[in-house]
Amino acid sequence: MQDEVILKVQNLTKQFGGVVAVEDVSFELRRGEFLGVIGPNGSGKTTLINLITGFVKPTSGKVIFQGKDITGKPPYQIAGYGISRSFQMVRAFHKLPAFKNLIVPLYSPRVKRLGGGKYGERDDVAINLLDDLGFERDSFVPYKVAGSLPHGYLKRLDLARCMALRPELLILDELFSGMAMSEVAATLPMIEKFNREGITIMMVEHRLKELFRVASRVLVMNFGRKIAEGPPKEAMAKEEVQKAYLGTEVEG
Amino acid sequence: MGEDIRYRRERIDRGIKARTDTIYFLSNFRDILYLLLPRVLPVALLLLLPFLLKGGYWEKVLFYSCIFALLALSWDFMASVGLVSLGQALFFGVGAYISGGLNHYFKMPLSLTLPIATLGGAFLCTILLVSVLRLRGVYFSMVTLILPLLFAHLIETLNILGGTHGLLSLRPFPSSWVAIYLAIFAVVFCLFGFRKLINEDFGLVLRGIRDDDRVVMAGGINIYWYKAQAIFIAGAVGCFAGALMTHYYQFVGRSAFALDYTILPLAGAVLGGPGSFAGATIGTFILVPLSEVLRALGGLRMALYGIILIAALVSLPEGLFHYITRKYHQFERDVRI
Repeated sequence: MQDEVILKVQNLTKQFGGVVAVEDVSFELRRGEFLGVIGPNGSGKTTLINLITGFVKPTSGKVIFQGKDITGKPPYQIAGYGISRSFQMVRAFHKLPAFKNLIVPLYSPRVKRLGGGKYGERDDVAINLLDDLGFERDSFVPYKVAGSLPHGYLKRLDLARCMALRPELLILDELFSGMAMSEVAATLPMIEKFNREGITIMMVEHRLKELFRVASRVLVMNFGRKIAEGPPKEAMAKEEVQKAYLGTEVEG
Repeated sequence: MGEDIRYRRERIDRGIKARTDTIYFLSNFRDILYLLLPRVLPVALLLLLPFLLKGGYWEKVLFYSCIFALLALSWDFMASVGLVSLGQALFFGVGAYISGGLNHYFKMPLSLTLPIATLGGAFLCTILLVSVLRLRGVYFSMVTLILPLLFAHLIETLNILGGTHGLLSLRPFPSSWVAIYLAIFAVVFCLFGFRKLINEDFGLVLRGIRDDDRVVMAGGINIYWYKAQAIFIAGAVGCFAGALMTHYYQFVGRSAFALDYTILPLAGAVLGGPGSFAGATIGTFILVPLSEVLRALGGLRMALYGIILIAALVSLPEGLFHYITRKYHQFERDVRI
């Protein structure tokens, strides 16, 4: 089953008026793989995620997940198929206690179908998930209103929300941005653990050092196009990638 | 050393509340009383009021207050899903006309018109609003504002359902006791029911939609289906209020779609503090009798009413209920150390 293609993106293109945010991007993702997506700011990484998860409808191209065409389906349906995504900007239900934030995905038809979290058990499931991600169950932290938590906790809360959906494909959009080094160091092994447990991961990240430690393959984007794909070292060695990251030499 | 008994001041709720708003430790009778009193006392008073008023003008005002409280509760429920409605009059009018129409044209008894108006009306209102569920914020509000006006004009220009005259001599309640207690029970049921529902998992999803609907979608939940359910529940409450009023007055006319039924519940909810349901109820139970008291002032009534409302909103922007709750939780007792 290791070689089964779980996600297939074919010639995906998105135009916002005259701007081409994502242009003719194709790639495949195998089950259990850990793919890193990198590229300079504005290169279309977040738009690519939005296209796959249905938050933005593509202009052309196809997204096939587990053999099913999910192009242009609404986000909640795509989430229901097992694609869970985090948000780059912190998004949470700020007025609810942190652990109650996870009730929403736990209440979804997908988790009900998978037989998880019956009525009254959902709180326990939520607290267990948060405990794994550093919200100690015996402290006040998981019970505090989400709006009062620091940034690093909200980022991990978002990750916990993704995991609550019991995803098969986890898409992380710059999870580590704004996190302290110690938080990154604590979260990274958790993500590796999720991957070992069989969850396919696609991770957009600017912290290349951390990403290259866990990702087996990277996809490099620039100006909406895929400019390289392969094992981290090989991909980074490409001239075009060097140019995108470091700029070109001035002639003469 | 016997003199050395010292006391420390402690907030009463400190020992009772553990971690969240929903888990309590109750150790003695006084703690139970502390929690129960603010819930039981107002309900008991509300149930006793019809006996104390013994019919007459003020009983009418009480009935009126209940009707507006139902509309305010319905508004508050929609607001807690992030749907800010400016058209509670739509629910009220639809419920009023369905029960009035069924009684007038088909001679149906109250035991049929009330449930049909409540459920059928809620269904109709949900259908009407489903098409605009994709609209957010002020755009949704504007549609809700227009719909009741549309219905009022349709009835007038097409001369249907009694036209400008309305439907007259509808069947009254067997006695005013039935009407008033039906209204009171409905208010109590909705108040406590909504407060419970909004803290259930279903309610958490609704509040999630208000906070950030994209995150709810990313959680695999169809937000439009949940919004539609919320509108159905809010619509049922509003339609029930309309049906009650129709049979109480034995009349239904275009005025059922009037702006009053939108503005007053909204003002009540805002005065009492939205998001708690109790606030909406308290707010309308202050505003409706107040507007009756001010009736003696004639033309100045609306001006004074407006001034009181503005003063209340400026001095207590969080709403009466949240202020009272905060103060109640700050009560202290002496604890021996």
